[in-house]
Amino acid sequence: MSAPCKQITPPQLRPHFHDGMSIMFGGFMGIGTPDGIVQALLESGVKDLTLIGNDTALVDTGVGVLVANHRVKKVIASHIGTNPETGRQMIEGELEVELVPQGTLAERIRCGGSGLGAVLTRTGLGTPVEEGKARLAVDGVDYLVEPALHADLAIIKAHRADGQGNLVYQRAARNFNPLAAMAADYVIAEVDEIMAAGVLDPELVVTPGILVDALLLTKEH
Amino acid sequence: MDTKHLIAWRVAQDMRDGDVVNLGIGLPTLVPNHLPEGITLTLQSENGFLGLAPLTGEALPGLVNAGGQPCGMVPGGAFFDSAMSFAIIRGGHVDVTVLGGLQVDQEGNLANWMVPGKMVPGMGGAMDLVSGARTVIVAMEHCTRDGGSKILKRCSLPLTAAGKVTAIITELAVFRFLGGVLTLTETAPGVTVETVRARTEADFTVSPACHEMAGLPTEVRHG
Repeated sequence: MSAPCKQITPPQLRPHFHDGMSIMFGGFMGIGTPDGIVQALLESGVKDLTLIGNDTALVDTGVGVLVANHRVKKVIASHIGTNPETGRQMIEGELEVELVPQGTLAERIRCGGSGLGAVLTRTGLGTPVEEGKARLAVDGVDYLVEPALHADLAIIKAHRADGQGNLVYQRAARNFNPLAAMAADYVIAEVDEIMAAGVLDPELVVTPGILVDALLLTKEH
Repeated sequence: MDTKHLIAWRVAQDMRDGDVVNLGIGLPTLVPNHLPEGITLTLQSENGFLGLAPLTGEALPGLVNAGGQPCGMVPGGAFFDSAMSFAIIRGGHVDVTVLGGLQVDQEGNLANWMVPGKMVPGMGGAMDLVSGARTVIVAMEHCTRDGGSKILKRCSLPLTAAGKVTAIITELAVFRFLGGVLTLTETAPGVTVETVRARTEADFTVSPACHEMAGLPTEVRHG
């Protein structure tokens, strides 16, 4: 006997979206971002979102469209330079941006999903990243204390899933997805294909299905 | 002479066979074109793989470089998530990182991620790379567009990392931090120490072994 399939349909996404929520997303310059879920977020009209992920892509790709359509009040990311709208809204005071070194961002998310309160890193010492943060010396070496990050919702993109939500990714589209899958109250994975139980080799599964709450099939283009 | 290719060529001569290398966007990506015979590098791409190669043939879904552009991969590469990618970077498993700079100073500080009030793109992976790689080579043009020095006594822009630069390679010179002291070790063909001094604000020592860059291929010289 197998567990029920976690697949949902696009109309079933809407109850999981609300104004003011924090959303962690996978993707690097939009590669590995679940475009179908982003589109549903856009169409739902939700606003005042806090986005947590590597970058805000381009104005018309990845989560960039949520920024461009003024749905976002805060971004926590390592890079915003490829989406001029993020920079413009930040300078105009419409959008709060917290810039985090990419490796620190990955570890803060990993901590958030791993029962850890913070990570110690030397990245950012002596730079503006250190402002307002504690230093901790361990064995005579100074580190910055970087607190864990957690979100209300994670939206991730994988290549294949089985009905239980076990996931495998596609090349460099993996990036922040397996991390985001661990660090949110509710996790929705958009996938290209949902396989029958037992087809995915358990040795090759990257994200265990227990971390995934719902699966959305990517629309054929 | 094409300054970008000259700089990339000189950086390439610093590579050792088998080095794991991360190349920043722009000029550093030219380095593999100038590697000496018999030197093979493993290129790390911060977005999550080892074995980065130029695109040959059709682009594959999900295979992009750190600039988001389609790329290739050598046989024997490996994909991983961003936490592993930066564990590799911070953990000292990358031998060399090559990246551009807006300013470098005589204390080995690098500024290359923001100009307050003008350009705030974010640091991306640069802070982790400069903090964690064993060798940090700043590959950049010697002066700003209006002729100002980029090699300073003290960086005025916000830092990427403090005291982490190993070498600075420009179209005029090679500097290395030897015993913590900024030291001129090479000059480009036809460039005098006096010229370097006139275009460099930082205090530096001239190595007794300072010499002209050797072996510059004609195609780079006239490129």
